[in-house]
Amino acid sequence: MSLFDHTIKELEAMLHSKEITVLDLVEESYQRIEEVDGQVHAFLTLDKENALAKAKVLDEHPDAAAKLFGIPGGIKDNIMTKGLRTTCASQFLDNFNDPLYDATVVEKLNNEQYIAVGKLNMDEFAMGSSNENSSYDPTRNPWNTDYVPGGSSGGSAAAVAAGEVLFSLGSDTGGSIRQPAAFCGVVGMKPTYGRVSRSGLVAFASSLDQVGPITRTVEDNARVLEVIAGHDKMDSTSANLEVPAYTEALTGDVKGLKIAVPKEYLAEGVAPEVRESVLEALKVYESLGATWEEVSIPHSKYAVAAYYLISSSEASANLARFDGVRYGVRTENADNMIDMFKKSRSEGFGPEVKRRIMLGTFALSSGYYDAYYKKAQQVRTLIKNDFDKIFEEYDVIIGPTSPTTAFKVGEKIDDPLTMYADDVLTVPVNLAGVPGISIPCGFSPEGLPIGLQIIGKHFDESTVYRTAHAFEQATDYHTKRPQLGGAN
Amino acid sequence: MAEITKEQVEHVAHLARLAVTEEEVEHLVDELSAIIEYAELLNELDTEGIEPTTHVLDLKNVMRKDEPKEWITQGDALRNAPDHKDGQFRVPSILE
Repeated sequence: MSLFDHTIKELEAMLHSKEITVLDLVEESYQRIEEVDGQVHAFLTLDKENALAKAKVLDEHPDAAAKLFGIPGGIKDNIMTKGLRTTCASQFLDNFNDPLYDATVVEKLNNEQYIAVGKLNMDEFAMGSSNENSSYDPTRNPWNTDYVPGGSSGGSAAAVAAGEVLFSLGSDTGGSIRQPAAFCGVVGMKPTYGRVSRSGLVAFASSLDQVGPITRTVEDNARVLEVIAGHDKMDSTSANLEVPAYTEALTGDVKGLKIAVPKEYLAEGVAPEVRESVLEALKVYESLGATWEEVSIPHSKYAVAAYYLISSSEASANLARFDGVRYGVRTENADNMIDMFKKSRSEGFGPEVKRRIMLGTFALSSGYYDAYYKKAQQVRTLIKNDFDKIFEEYDVIIGPTSPTTAFKVGEKIDDPLTMYADDVLTVPVNLAGVPGISIPCGFSPEGLPIGLQIIGKHFDESTVYRTAHAFEQATDYHTKRPQLGGAN
Repeated sequence: MAEITKEQVEHVAHLARLAVTEEEVEHLVDELSAIIEYAELLNELDTEGIEPTTHVLDLKNVMRKDEPKEWITQGDALRNAPDHKDGQFRVPSILE
């Protein structure tokens, strides 16, 4: 058994009773990385020297009030870490070794005394669903390294699944926390838009992006969200609302909970083993005293098209900042300034990023704006209304996180549209801005994890966590571990 | 509706400040045409009179006081720059 099979709460008790030290935890983390990261490729940058030094300091100055005291965590590489290389898995930022500040979420983790283990691999600028768009060695699925870990927070999910860190932060624009969490058999939460500060998150699509935790258990997840959530004056879209004590919502009691199951989430296109697992999960909820009914999200079939127009348009504007002037890699052969912009960007960005910048620039360009961008935003309203209507009658929406389990490396990379279509169950949640979690709910015949998605009302992460936790307590999927080389 | 042309791709690439090779243009013509064709699915919906959602939260303009504040030094700002001289970012010639 690994120390990382304990919850954060258990480890805190062990630390403060001197049963273990922070150094033990940090060494466990780097030892595991040494053993398995050659196969998994979850990490892009390690911060071992600083982590070991901090461990020694913390061991000398125990702080029982710090919620993440001595807990090793990893950060997705699109979240700024002061003085620690932050690349967004892009060649454009390959030399961005000295970021000037910490993202607000990182500051908050530091305030609770976590240990920064390193930066995690991802699809370049968070654009992708498989990690194959990383410009470095793409992350592999710890359950079977022939398969993708999902994306874009594939490194964040794989590192937790492989036992390299106890928790990680990811970002979710259209499913980028939940889908890799599902593919890797871990717990991934996309909070309500506005719940967590985006200050220091490298912007992809600003009206959709949200940072959230990935962990092995719901309890750990709730604990990390408690730390990172809250209003931030550096992010004018962060909501000025109290952060509830999410860990106190984990009562195990879902008696009388009203669950909506959209028929579109179990329709054709959803793999039989995924549908089966979700129906089994609903039986578990029935046995716990909850009720469920079939509902409809009538506009869900339009969500992927609306999402790709909106997110690519916002990305084309956000990524204009990468011009080779203030940071990043500049081309070596430019005749003039415009030429320098063009060549630096073309040399620095990978194919998917260029494709989305092109799509977004087209959708925003003169003569097409109303037909594509505005139309997509109107459809976004219809999708949001679908959710509002369901939440008038139900407490949560439940369905699969992804229509399939993880696919093989290389299987979909040549066909962007097929890859986009797989986001059909996650993107509506971002368009509506509501919170959604993925938790493990089964395995395919090939032994790949299946994720259950639980969606809640705006700012009602507490009910989402309570619902997720009740299922977790009634099942043992979260205790299963991938068999990688080395002991765990 | 629109099949995207080679000329459109080149124009959009210029707007996006991307240098594209002949080969990339050909790929992008096909790929963008396929994506836009798929996006035309949205035209099935009558959205006459529907307000566009730019933002899901009911936020109005968020204001703060305009107060000067120490943040980073000039040296910090230049630390990650590909090229700088005399305390400024240096870029290739802007004038022809």
